[in-house]
Amino acid sequence: MRRTVLAVALATGVALSATSTLAQTIKVGVINTYSGPQASLGDQIDKGIQLYLKKNEGSLPAGVKIELVRRDDTGPNPEVAIRLAQELIVREKVQFITGVVWTPVAAALAKVVDQAKVPLVLANASAAMLPTLSPWVTRMSLSMWHAGYPLGQWAARNGLGRVYTAVSDYTPGHDSEQAFTKGYVDNGGVIAGSVRMPLQNPDFVPFLQRIKDAKPDAVFAFLPAGRQATAFMKAFGDLGLSSAGIKLIGTGDIVTDEELPNMGQTPLGVITAFHYSAAADRPENKEFVAAWKQEFGPTSTPNYMSVGGWDAMGAIVEAIKAQNGKVTAEKSLELLRNWKNAASPRGPVSIDPSTGDIVQNVYIRRTEMRDGALANIEFETFPQVKDPWKELNKKK
Amino acid sequence: MATDGTVRPSLAGAEVVSASLARHRFRPLEGLVWLAMLAGYWLWPEYRPLGSQIFIMCLFVLSLDIVVGYAGIVTLGHAAFFGVGAYTAGLTAIHLSNEPFLGLLTAAVAAGLVGILSGLIVLRTTGLTLMMLTLAIVFVLHEAANKLGSVTGGSDGLQGVTVAPILGLWSLDFFGQTAYIYTGAVLFLGWLFARILVGSPFGRSIVGIRENLVRMRAIGSPVRLRLLVVYGISATMAGIAGALLTQTTQFVSLSAITFTRSGEALIMLILGGVGRLYGAFVGAPIYMLMQDALAKYNPVFWTFWIGLMLVLTVMFARNGVLGLVDSVLAWRRRAA
Amino acid sequence: MDQILSALVSILFHGLAYGMILYVISVGLSVTMGLMGFANLAHGVFAMAGGYITVTLMNGFGIHFFLALVTACIVVALASVVLERLLYSRLYTASELDQVLFTIGIIFMASAAARYAWGPLPQRMILPESLSGQVDLGFRTFPTYRTFLIVVSGVIIAALWLGIERTRFGAQLRAAVDNRRMAEAIGINTRRLFTATFAVGSGLAALGGGLGADILAIEPAYALEYLVYFLIVVSVGGLGTVKGPFVAAVLLGVTDTTCKYLIPEFGAFFIFLAMIGLLLWRPTGLFGRA
Repeated sequence: MRRTVLAVALATGVALSATSTLAQTIKVGVINTYSGPQASLGDQIDKGIQLYLKKNEGSLPAGVKIELVRRDDTGPNPEVAIRLAQELIVREKVQFITGVVWTPVAAALAKVVDQAKVPLVLANASAAMLPTLSPWVTRMSLSMWHAGYPLGQWAARNGLGRVYTAVSDYTPGHDSEQAFTKGYVDNGGVIAGSVRMPLQNPDFVPFLQRIKDAKPDAVFAFLPAGRQATAFMKAFGDLGLSSAGIKLIGTGDIVTDEELPNMGQTPLGVITAFHYSAAADRPENKEFVAAWKQEFGPTSTPNYMSVGGWDAMGAIVEAIKAQNGKVTAEKSLELLRNWKNAASPRGPVSIDPSTGDIVQNVYIRRTEMRDGALANIEFETFPQVKDPWKELNKKK
Repeated sequence: MATDGTVRPSLAGAEVVSASLARHRFRPLEGLVWLAMLAGYWLWPEYRPLGSQIFIMCLFVLSLDIVVGYAGIVTLGHAAFFGVGAYTAGLTAIHLSNEPFLGLLTAAVAAGLVGILSGLIVLRTTGLTLMMLTLAIVFVLHEAANKLGSVTGGSDGLQGVTVAPILGLWSLDFFGQTAYIYTGAVLFLGWLFARILVGSPFGRSIVGIRENLVRMRAIGSPVRLRLLVVYGISATMAGIAGALLTQTTQFVSLSAITFTRSGEALIMLILGGVGRLYGAFVGAPIYMLMQDALAKYNPVFWTFWIGLMLVLTVMFARNGVLGLVDSVLAWRRRAA
Repeated sequence: MDQILSALVSILFHGLAYGMILYVISVGLSVTMGLMGFANLAHGVFAMAGGYITVTLMNGFGIHFFLALVTACIVVALASVVLERLLYSRLYTASELDQVLFTIGIIFMASAAARYAWGPLPQRMILPESLSGQVDLGFRTFPTYRTFLIVVSGVIIAALWLGIERTRFGAQLRAAVDNRRMAEAIGINTRRLFTATFAVGSGLAALGGGLGADILAIEPAYALEYLVYFLIVVSVGGLGTVKGPFVAAVLLGVTDTTCKYLIPEFGAFFIFLAMIGLLLWRPTGLFGRA
């Protein structure tokens, strides 16, 4: 009872502030990791959000402005994020919250937005269950199952008979291992072995040596993008697994676009499944990458998180436009849950209204040399994939 | 670093003891602190959620002060107890009952037990060795919580924690009103307990051990046992702080049990002033309010300014902010 | 059998290379903590600075890896003298807790500054042609870069040992570690000794940071990320020695990799359990003085 009264009071407060001003500023809260060891992740999302806003501000209805209110959660710290969200909603009166790198942060925020009735648009956090936690949560990034499951199917159908899985030992790693194994084994593949590697681990040689000894056809790998993935790739090269005839496959996290230049020649021929590659030939993507390089410098490269930020902001801007600037939480939510974009840099995407999760193409890519630099070249498409985890659990 | 691990006293031993005894009597200034905290509820209603998190950190730093400041045990491992408390409270709420006081109780017991058990190991050592052992325990427990995903939720965090209304009357709301009063009240009790503890003969003997271990042994004080008891008490308090965090956020994640949390608590304690009970009440608010304000002003580079603040504090205020206050007061007394 | 042996050799080799890098970075920390009683948690900042300078000289100015390494080492050593004289020396008499607070502050500032100057991403490290690929050591081939790491670190260790055991400076240093007041009384200028030692320690850290940039990636959080590893090496090895951290780094590097190879499920726990065991056995470290 008490809770509903508060929610009503809050909602009317928001409604009042929305109608009382003519030249309106709509505030969008961004909860993101801007400092600490994982700041590079937040940076990519933030740039994606800002770039979209800059390019599309002009399309907003006359007199309507969007103000970003950025807050630093300092890493996977739910208690900080909860406090920031509360502050954004009560003090700043934001009408949308986006950003969110981490699954625990998203899970904790889901409770907050469920009470406060403010749409939360996830630009990254990717545990499969997240959008099920509250109807107020929609996701513009991917589910952990989006990449692993289709790759499992592909690997089984393309002559990789025995695969060894190697994932980081934390929940996203376990999820990807499960997703890949499900897609792979259901299509006749045989798991040669599996290893979970500690997250705090600077050297991957011992694990790769173990895999080398097992002589599988391929290794399936998932590691958090960045330093870890690069270290894994270097050890893969050092131990000479490719010359021993072992292929490397994985989710796109192991060859993210901005890390490729740090990896030497080892990634050549690596096959990954993912929803975005900066090297994709779609005109929308070429435009996006060009705008990015113009804004952030020729050596800067967008990655999948940038696209998450870009599309999250895109969905919010579209929701504001459709309401002609007179934004209500319920209407925004309805619009977000029915959002579609045929021209995202990653291809056509939409939100599945029944789950709040994204539906998108998943591409199988090979890392090749193009114009003197490594690039992830898409060569096969799984069109319009709904999160396989929710689909599989629905059928039961 | 002095390898014997003792905190070098800023005053001669006798002065420390008499100063502490003088501090044992309640002074009006202390009441003022609590009145200010109560007034904060009405003065800055929008800051209540931050307020309750500051109170939780205060309690945690206070528990750290008992071991670092009074017993001279410089530990980097207090987050282990905070984390055990946080997870125990969360698991209690899910599997047993979501009655908040029961959560506090189970968390206190679990953290106290872990404190005693780990104390049996680490208190054999001092100095850098002790710091590294406590640090190792944090890492081992963190990794255990990560691996036991089916129990703890792993790195996704523990889902489904709920909290029943406090005393059956006030539910923890989104605006943090209940949380502010609830955490404030627990902090008050914790402070009262700590105040009595350090003033008691037991507390004085702990200071004695810090000041002169050999002499305390010589007069027949059971040194090892007393340190173990004080370590366990402090761990219990840290566990209660962790439980409060779980209950006010209705969520537990691995961030409860990290080296960073230990380090931050130590920073706050040194910043405020070690071995004075009020160091926690000065250091935690300053650090957290600065972080909140600076991060708002610049979410990307705020750590630079926090760093600068720490460096300047050491340069100009040895023994923390309260140390600075002391020297200013002493200087004025001399001038007068 | 052959296969197991070959795998084991490979594991030992990589563990050794890894341990050596940790040693080169950490040895300075051991000496400053032992000699000056200064808890310099910001030691990793010097390694990070060395890494950034090396990488920037290589990528930005096309300077050769070796030359860049030497430059980084010298620049950081000189800069550390300034820092030591201006800031650190004032805190030798401060409590260890104040030293901790101060050096943590330095880490925060350095990380933010690195982020400002180089951005949040790890730095790109492109090894020179001569160090990429494999080298044939007669009985089998090894990655050239890691072999190089082992050789260079070996040379550094030998030089350090000679410097400490066979030179006048080394004798003064040993005297000061054993008993500073007595050393001062017989006319050793400990102030100058401190500064010189600090500079050498920081320079070595910078060298280690640059050398190991392909294994320990250079990024703004470097100084805090790897601090725990440096502290493990120093505490297990024992304060104030150059031999202790060496044995500790190699022992931990080799056993950690071997353990991860044999029982990977246990991988994250091993290094910490090993440390707990070793420290309970030898509380002052393997070669520390009681």
